[in-house]
Amino acid sequence: MAAIEILGLEKNYLVGFWRKRTKQALRPLHLTIEEGEVFGFLGPNGAGKTTTLKLLMGLVLPTAGTARILGMEVDDPRVKAQIGFLPEQPYFYDYLTAQELLEYYGQLSGVPAKERAARVEKMLARVGLQDAARVQLRKFSKGMLQRVGLAQAILHDPKLVFLDEPMSGLDPMGRREVRDLIQQLRQEGKTVFFSTHILSDAEALCDRVAVINHGELRGVGAVAELTSRMHGKVEVIFYGQSVPAALASLGAEARVSGDMVNAVLPEEQQEAALEVLRREHLKLISLTPVRSSLEDFYIQKLQPAESKGASA
Amino acid sequence: MSSRIASVAFNTFREAVRDRVLYNLIAFALLLSGAAILVGQVSIDIERLVVVNLGLTAVSLFGVVIAIFIGIGLVSKEIEKRTLYTVLSRPVRRWEFVVGKFFGLTGTLVVNTFFMAIGVFLALLYVAHKFEKMDAWVLVALYFIVLQFLMVCALALFFSSFSTPLMSAVFTFALFVIGSLSEDLRGFARIAQGLGGWIATSIAYLVPNFSALNVINQVAHGDAVPGRLILYNSIYALLYSAMAISGAVLIFQRRNLK
Ligand SMILES: Nc1ncnc2c1ncn2[C@@H]1O[C@H](COP(=O)(O)OP(=O)(O)O)[C@@H](O)[C@H]1O
Ligand SMILES: [Mg+2]
Repeated sequence: MAAIEILGLEKNYLVGFWRKRTKQALRPLHLTIEEGEVFGFLGPNGAGKTTTLKLLMGLVLPTAGTARILGMEVDDPRVKAQIGFLPEQPYFYDYLTAQELLEYYGQLSGVPAKERAARVEKMLARVGLQDAARVQLRKFSKGMLQRVGLAQAILHDPKLVFLDEPMSGLDPMGRREVRDLIQQLRQEGKTVFFSTHILSDAEALCDRVAVINHGELRGVGAVAELTSRMHGKVEVIFYGQSVPAALASLGAEARVSGDMVNAVLPEEQQEAALEVLRREHLKLISLTPVRSSLEDFYIQKLQPAESKGASA
Repeated sequence: MSSRIASVAFNTFREAVRDRVLYNLIAFALLLSGAAILVGQVSIDIERLVVVNLGLTAVSLFGVVIAIFIGIGLVSKEIEKRTLYTVLSRPVRRWEFVVGKFFGLTGTLVVNTFFMAIGVFLALLYVAHKFEKMDAWVLVALYFIVLQFLMVCALALFFSSFSTPLMSAVFTFALFVIGSLSEDLRGFARIAQGLGGWIATSIAYLVPNFSALNVINQVAHGDAVPGRLILYNSIYALLYSAMAISGAVLIFQRRNLK
C-alpha cells in the first residue's frame, strides 16, 4: 500500500479585495509516495510546497481532487494518529514550557497517560532540549522552536512524518542534526515527506524527489536516476576558433564562443581529447569533471515554467 | 466529554490564568470593599440593597468584558498565530477544538465568579453582620449571571468565526446591551403601531433575552425568584449557547487556515 496518494489535488485561493481573482497555488497534482521512503519536495519560494502540505494535513480544503494517507481519507482521525507534522517556521503556545507543550500534544494524540512523561522526556533529549524542558517557549530562539517542532512531530511515534522546510532557520550544526534525525527515521522504517528549497539537503537524504514550481509538478524520480544523465563527463575548455574533427569523433558536444571552445565529453575520452589538443597545438584552459548534481536537473526543470509564464 | 475536549479546555484555562486574567479579582475586591465601607458609614437601611446591586452588577460586567475579550480571540488568535496547525494535524476534530475552547473560557469565568461571589457575601456580612434566608436568592442571581456568560462567550465565538476581532467585540457587546434591554423593547413593541411596532417585535425576539437573566434588582430587594424562571432561563441559555456554538463550528469546518 502506498503511504501517500495524491490524486489531482488542486488549490485556488481567492485573492484581492473583493476575492474575485483566483490564485492557482497548486495545479492538479498527482503523486504517490511509498511506505518507508524519504521523499523530498523541492521548489523555490512560492512554488506551492506549503500549500500541498496543508492540504494533506486537512488545514486547507482542496478546490478539487483528493489525497489518501495510508489508504484513508486525510481528515480521518485514524490517519491523524499515524502522522506527525512540522509546520514551516513553527510557533507554539508561548505560555507553556517545552515539557508542558509536549505533554499536551501527547494527550491530543492519544499517547497513554502512563507512557507520556517518559516519552516527552525522551523526545526532548532526542532533539537536544533536555536542559530547556522547564523553560517557557516565549524564551526560546527560532532554532529551539524548530527543535520543539521536530519533537512534537515524532512524539507519538507516527508512521509518517511531514516536515515543511525542516532545516530552514537553523545553524550548520542544527541542520546536521536534522539530517541525522531524518536518517534515523528512515532506519526506523518511517516514511518521511519533507519540503525544501535547499538542494543539497534533498540530495543527501532523499530516495526520490519531486520538483514543483508555480504550483506545477515538473519532475519526479530517484535522485541517482535524475542526475545519472550528467554523470561521468568532463568539460574541456581551450583556445580555438573551431572544433577539431578529431574531437567531435570522440563524442564531444562542443560549441565555440569567441576565441574559446567548450567541449563536454565522456570521462573515458579525457586522455584522447588531451592528445588531440596537443597534436593540434591548441592551448588548454581548463579541464573539469561536470558537476553532476541535482542542481542541473532542478534548474533545467524550472526553466520551461518561467517561459510559459506565471500563473494567473 | 471526550478527553481531547477536556485537554483543550484545560489548556485554555491555563492560558487565561498565566495571562493573569484572574488579576481582575483584585480590582473587583478593591471596588467592593470600598463600596461596602462607604455605605456602611452613611446609611442604615439600604446597605444590603446597595451592596447586592453593586456587587452583582460588577460581577456581571467584569465577567462580560472578560468573556468578550477572550471569546473573540479563542479561535481566531490560534489561526492568526498558527498554533492550530500542530493541534488540528492530530486526531482532534475541529468541533472538538471549538467546544473545548468554549468550555475552557466558561470554566475560567466560573472560577472567577466563584471568587467574586465569596467577595459579595463577605461584603454582605460586613454591612449586615449576619446572613438571612433571602440571601440565598443572591446565589440564583449569580447562577443567572453565569448563564449570561455562557451566551456571551458563545456569541463572541460565533462572530469571531467570520469577522475581525474588533467587529466581533462590537457585535457581541451590542447584542449584550440590546439583549439586556429586550424586556423594554418587548414592552415598546406591544404598544407601538405599524412598521415601527413590527420592527421592534422582531428585534425583541431575535436578540438574546439577557434581561430575563438579570434578577439583580429583585434579589437586592430580597424578593424570591420563581422556580419556573430558573428552569426556563436554564433551558433558554443552554439552547442559545448551543446554537451559537453550532453556528461557529459550521463556519469553522469550512475555513481554510491561513
Ligand atoms: N492563504 C493564501 N491566500 C492567497 N494566496 C496564497 C495563500 N497561501 C499561499 N498562497 C500563494 O500560493 C502560492 C504557493 O504558496 P506556498 O504553498 O506557501 O509556497 P511554498 O511553500 O512553496 O513557498 C504562493 O504564490 C502564495 O502567494
Ligand atoms: Mg513554504
